[in-house]
Amino acid sequence: MDKPIKKVDIIFEIGDDYNALDVLDKALARPADDIVLDLIDSGLKGRGGAGFLTGLKWKFTKNEDSDIKYVICNADEGEPGTFKDREILDRVPEKVFVGMAICGYVIGAREGYIYLRGEYNFLVKNLLNKLETFNKQLKERNLDFVIGIRSGSGAYVCGEESALFESMEGHRGEPRNKPPYPTVAGYNKKPTVINNVETLVYVAMITRLGVNRFKELGTKDSRGSKVFSVSGDTPIPGIYELELGMPLSQFVDEFADGDAKAVQVGGASGSCVPRKKFGDTIIGFEGIPTGGSMMIFNSSRSMYNVLHDYLEFFTEESCGQCTPCRVGCQQLLKGIEAVKRGEKPPAYLDELKKLTATMRIAAKCGLGQSVGNPFNSIIDNFREEIIY
Amino acid sequence: MSNTELLVKELVKQHGKTRNSLMAVLQGVVQEERFLSEDAMIAVARELDLAAADVYGTASFYTFLDTVPRGKNIIRVCKTITCHMKGKDEVLLALENMLKIKVGETTHDKRFTLLTANCLGWCHKGPVMLVNDEIYPELTPQKAIEIIEEYAKHH
Repeated sequence: MDKPIKKVDIIFEIGDDYNALDVLDKALARPADDIVLDLIDSGLKGRGGAGFLTGLKWKFTKNEDSDIKYVICNADEGEPGTFKDREILDRVPEKVFVGMAICGYVIGAREGYIYLRGEYNFLVKNLLNKLETFNKQLKERNLDFVIGIRSGSGAYVCGEESALFESMEGHRGEPRNKPPYPTVAGYNKKPTVINNVETLVYVAMITRLGVNRFKELGTKDSRGSKVFSVSGDTPIPGIYELELGMPLSQFVDEFADGDAKAVQVGGASGSCVPRKKFGDTIIGFEGIPTGGSMMIFNSSRSMYNVLHDYLEFFTEESCGQCTPCRVGCQQLLKGIEAVKRGEKPPAYLDELKKLTATMRIAAKCGLGQSVGNPFNSIIDNFREEIIY
Repeated sequence: MSNTELLVKELVKQHGKTRNSLMAVLQGVVQEERFLSEDAMIAVARELDLAAADVYGTASFYTFLDTVPRGKNIIRVCKTITCHMKGKDEVLLALENMLKIKVGETTHDKRFTLLTANCLGWCHKGPVMLVNDEIYPELTPQKAIEIIEEYAKHH
């Protein structure tokens, strides 16, 4: 028997005794090395989707020998189906600031930036107001760290960390070759910690509640809870903080409208799970890792339209730098259109799957590499809907 | 000196004379003039000591840094999947009929430009549109028209 879905309220809970700055003071009273060890011990993995151990990222950056280091909060949330970071920045911005300040203290950075997507510019005024106060409070604590905001200008690929640095440096947002990784050469080619909005909040909350409270939640491979953005055919769309490691079937029981035929786990670049696999799909790093986006489709939806929509998105948002992604996305889109019109035989879909395999190997960044996730999962599970 | 040149000088003064300021300067120009004219991009290139082609190459990468003239108010309707499922086509159609333009066009009086956008981050409250920097979730065709009528009156 599966354990029941566990709703958690860590990120948005604001108790009477809660003060974001107390959390910061608690961190500043400890040696930086202890904080890193705690973070590693907590098992916190980045909440942007890639899932790298946050503590390890901080440790690498801390160990770099450089006068200048940076902390960047990645708030370039642009994946269709994802809207958690906006909600966090709107409702509990101080917790994000505290996470950044703890990072600044730990790695020895003097500057931090929130890179906010242009579509969220309506948040800037409030954030700047709160930052003015917060930066003053940092100064009062003799912490030599200042947080600023940079705005994006409508480019999905800038959520990729190295493309984000390029954008901040005044260039086209084209991903860089890796290595070097940001921990060695990030913004301005200096050692940089770049974390998702949600990751930074969890750092603040682990500091407040302790490592053990966090470790009680989730599974061995997927520690803690996480914020999920639920949309599509659901009577209760919105954001929910849930424990990691639950089976998708439980999620569907809780959130779908009783007629779900597929759930897109992990946003447009994630995988589409059909009804028959709901029971044996785990939401977490041991199953389908996710940045938190869950799009539910019921039987009234055409999976051809869903895939077409995703491919249009990637075709428009590919940065165009590398051929596998630029041409690959276009060919996948044209390909399913040709099959639908009957101009290509159904077997052509298998040729297109080979193309996604090439893209996975040869594309320069996660955008082109991951287009195969929605493509293959939808082609494999809903082939007849693509053809007829 | 033209108004655009003065604006660029002011923005460069505010954000700094380095390449790192380029995005902020371009965003500042778009904020004021709704798009980046050739004159503006040349002025930015001169102030930041860059090639004009480099400035254009950077600007043209970003959806929000328009290099063609736009109306005073820019409407962006989210077109990605969940907004699509909740009826963004009907909203777009209503706006097209009301403004007498197609997606991508600007009204004759230069007051409105109608565009689509790739995911505005309100998937749980679609369909949604962004008018300049203001967000309007949970639209119906009627609601969208009423909102734009208000803009027509006041902006």
